[in-house]
Amino acid sequence: MRLVVIGNGMVGQRFIEALAARDTGGRWSVTVLAEERRRAYDRVRLSAYFEGATADDLTLAPSGVPAGVDIRLGEPALAVDRAARVVRTEAGEYPYDVLVLATGSRPFVPPVPGRDAPGCFAYRTLDDLAALRAYARGRASGTVVGGGLLGLEAANALRLLGLRTSVVEFAAHLMPMQLDPPGGAMLRSRIEALGIAVHTGTAVTAIAAGDDGLHVDTSGGPTLDTDVLVFAAGVRPRDDLARAAGLATAERGGVLVDATLRTSDPAVFAIGECAAVDGRCYGLVAPGYAMADVVVDRLLGGGATFSGPDASTKLKLLGVDVATFGQATGPLDVVYADPANGLYAKLALSDDARTLLGGILVGDAGAYGPLRAAVGGPVPGKLADFLSAGAPDVALPGNAQVCSCNNVTKDAVLAAVADGCHDVPAVKACTRAGTTCGSCVPLIASLLAGAGVAQTRAICEHFAFSRQELFDLIRVRGIGTFSALVAEHGTGRGCDICKPVVASILASLGHGHILDGEQAALQDTNDHFLANIQRDGTYSVVPRIPGGEITPDKLIVIGEVARDFSLYTKITGGQRIDLFGARVEQLPAIWRRLVAAGFESGHAYGKALRTVKSCVGSTWCRYGVQDSVGLAVALELRYRGLRAPHKIKSAVSGCARECAEARSKDFGIIATDNGWNLYVGGNGGFRPRHADLLLSDVDTETLVRTVDRFLVYYIRTADRLQRTASWIEGLDGGLDHLRAVIVDDSLGLCADLDAAMARHIGSYTDEWRAVLEDPVKLRRFVSFVNAPATPDPSISFVRERDQPVPARRPVSLGLPEVRR
Amino acid sequence: MTAVVATVLWTPVCRLDDLLPERGVAALVGAQQVAVFRLHDDRLRAIGNRDPVSGAYVLSRGVVGTRADRPVVASPMHKQAYDLDTGACLDVDARVPVFPVRVRDGVVEVGSP
Repeated sequence: MRLVVIGNGMVGQRFIEALAARDTGGRWSVTVLAEERRRAYDRVRLSAYFEGATADDLTLAPSGVPAGVDIRLGEPALAVDRAARVVRTEAGEYPYDVLVLATGSRPFVPPVPGRDAPGCFAYRTLDDLAALRAYARGRASGTVVGGGLLGLEAANALRLLGLRTSVVEFAAHLMPMQLDPPGGAMLRSRIEALGIAVHTGTAVTAIAAGDDGLHVDTSGGPTLDTDVLVFAAGVRPRDDLARAAGLATAERGGVLVDATLRTSDPAVFAIGECAAVDGRCYGLVAPGYAMADVVVDRLLGGGATFSGPDASTKLKLLGVDVATFGQATGPLDVVYADPANGLYAKLALSDDARTLLGGILVGDAGAYGPLRAAVGGPVPGKLADFLSAGAPDVALPGNAQVCSCNNVTKDAVLAAVADGCHDVPAVKACTRAGTTCGSCVPLIASLLAGAGVAQTRAICEHFAFSRQELFDLIRVRGIGTFSALVAEHGTGRGCDICKPVVASILASLGHGHILDGEQAALQDTNDHFLANIQRDGTYSVVPRIPGGEITPDKLIVIGEVARDFSLYTKITGGQRIDLFGARVEQLPAIWRRLVAAGFESGHAYGKALRTVKSCVGSTWCRYGVQDSVGLAVALELRYRGLRAPHKIKSAVSGCARECAEARSKDFGIIATDNGWNLYVGGNGGFRPRHADLLLSDVDTETLVRTVDRFLVYYIRTADRLQRTASWIEGLDGGLDHLRAVIVDDSLGLCADLDAAMARHIGSYTDEWRAVLEDPVKLRRFVSFVNAPATPDPSISFVRERDQPVPARRPVSLGLPEVRR
Repeated sequence: MTAVVATVLWTPVCRLDDLLPERGVAALVGAQQVAVFRLHDDRLRAIGNRDPVSGAYVLSRGVVGTRADRPVVASPMHKQAYDLDTGACLDVDARVPVFPVRVRDGVVEVGSP
């Protein structure tokens, strides 16, 4: 069998070595096509090149070529013909039975004017470093663009070249991907102590070459004069070859592969930094090695899969220890900071302080090993103890309670795992742990991982895909029905998890009315009856009131409808009115009245845009600076009916006093003297979070365009039931990544995002009006199929504070008597 | 000795065409509320409509699917799954009655158990 490998970087090399070691029968004859003229070398330790290491010292392939492997250096692959199963290079054609893409990444160079000026370098290959060293000879100063992992490595390189070194980082602190702001500040002070200048919250806006070196303009910062400029602001997967060959690629770049590392063509695998597993690329070498091992196993008939690796890291950057493990922040954070000695440690704990969720160590990472192992268990002793390089025993005891709701111990969970429960749902079903409040689910997952059980991102037993992958599948393959999807890509007949997810994806992609044809069967009861089910089986009705602005006439209609149908009436938190206690068979009659008065569905029942709240704004308020109501109405009408992974809430405040509470919303807008500030990722609810500032002082057109893109990007890439707050927190690169994609168009997606939103706006129709006009859909709104007008006899009401409420409801706490 | 002959009383409730595949309807069979489901292959199942966890009569409005190849409906209230063949709840200790159901001349009939 003929195997062609494109790329001989660290992962490509690991792959051919692992295959040679395991393919003892000589099943595969391997050809490697390498772009560089050099065999694989250790890219992680590149700055060692300036400490005296030679290219030979860094090579990873010192001892010739494994038997049966033909390596073609300096012969880049130009095209893949998948139909003919041939890879073309300038020199010839290489037929394959199986192709492995290990094309790696290219450096990301921000699109600033002057970036090609003499003295500007990338930081990726030994050739880059050789050119940098030659240029730097006899020069005095160097600047690195990028204050992450790679940027600080590059800063070390410049320092070793004897240059006076500066670092410019776009985010507010160093290593934004790994560290929190105080950790980043501590690292900064350690690095500044080495004589390196650090500029954070600063973007390079232009580079001009003069006789005396480079002049670098920055946003908000000084103009920097430097002899050498190194771009080390991250990498992007090299997926162009795969793209040209028609292979599926991920939303954010990278060759789309499943957990077996197979691309959309079963004869083609992708590994390392070019591979997007479940749509996610990994920029570290350890996951790449794990991918190489999985493909080797698969090629030899094994069944290995790649499970998302532990993102914990421990590094020494410019001589400073930095380590992160688990999650960087928890409900409860214990922080130890010692500026005198440049030490910072933070442990993220569960809200009862019993469980270690993760942490950050800067300055001394001696406790990394034991702490990382303790994630998911209790913290033994004081945090201060962990700043010394001890290794206390931190194993969670067997009788420790994992699930306090159902009193399930660690031993019970591990016994279930030993009995064959190999995923979280199985452990939940067997032990009931995690079935109540769900807060221990991450701990169960970590116990599973600790027991050596691979975790899956599959949404349920019927699909081995995450929501984002399902979205890509449905969108790219143009799949229009659940039946077609489950027949080709799933098993069984679906469930209450995957069916509503698929229904939502189809709705986001504009597949007509949500109750059309087979789609009706996919909907959760709320979407199925276009109303919100309540504890007694009745429904509540919420007409849309855009921006919370309503005429007296319409208000009277709502009152009359509520009175005539005996509905309990309450004002909602989103500035509209909720009518409770409607029986299924009453819904059409209620809506006929509402639609006749000009109301539309408020989508309170959907994972969709709910409301855009507003304060009264400059029209009336003596403090208001912009028309917040007008904008709120326009936005609510623009995004009404937009289906998403979870509900979407918004608000517009007319001045900085923020009466609309916009920063608690998925997207919130606050008026300024000059325009609008846009905040994203806010949340009330279970885990409150203030929204982050994405844009400031923009005009309405820019604002709306950015919100359009924000929403479509969220809809395409978030997990099931993931609000924007946790989606942004989970984005690789967080808010900066989001800004790069939807403001700077770093992935070239914006035209597509804009078009998707334009399609949504153009195809909007009121769901309730459409039901009233369709006899087939109307027929479903009956109490009993054989007695359509007979009310469910189990439903009954009593009166409380002059309104009807369910007769059967929980006993409430004793409340003080209120005279009214 | 008296021979006891079990007789099932069949109540016609609707036409098969009235049922959406993989969805349910509620029907009144005598005084009992029954949830009738049409599976994707046109097999029919009928169980009690009362969700034993919430006490509300809503099981006919749940999402129909499979769990490990058994046909199930998920309660629309709190998502517990009920085996449509046996009435057993697969998530908590609960059970709902199962009713015989058949199609005659295109008409769906539910039997009294």
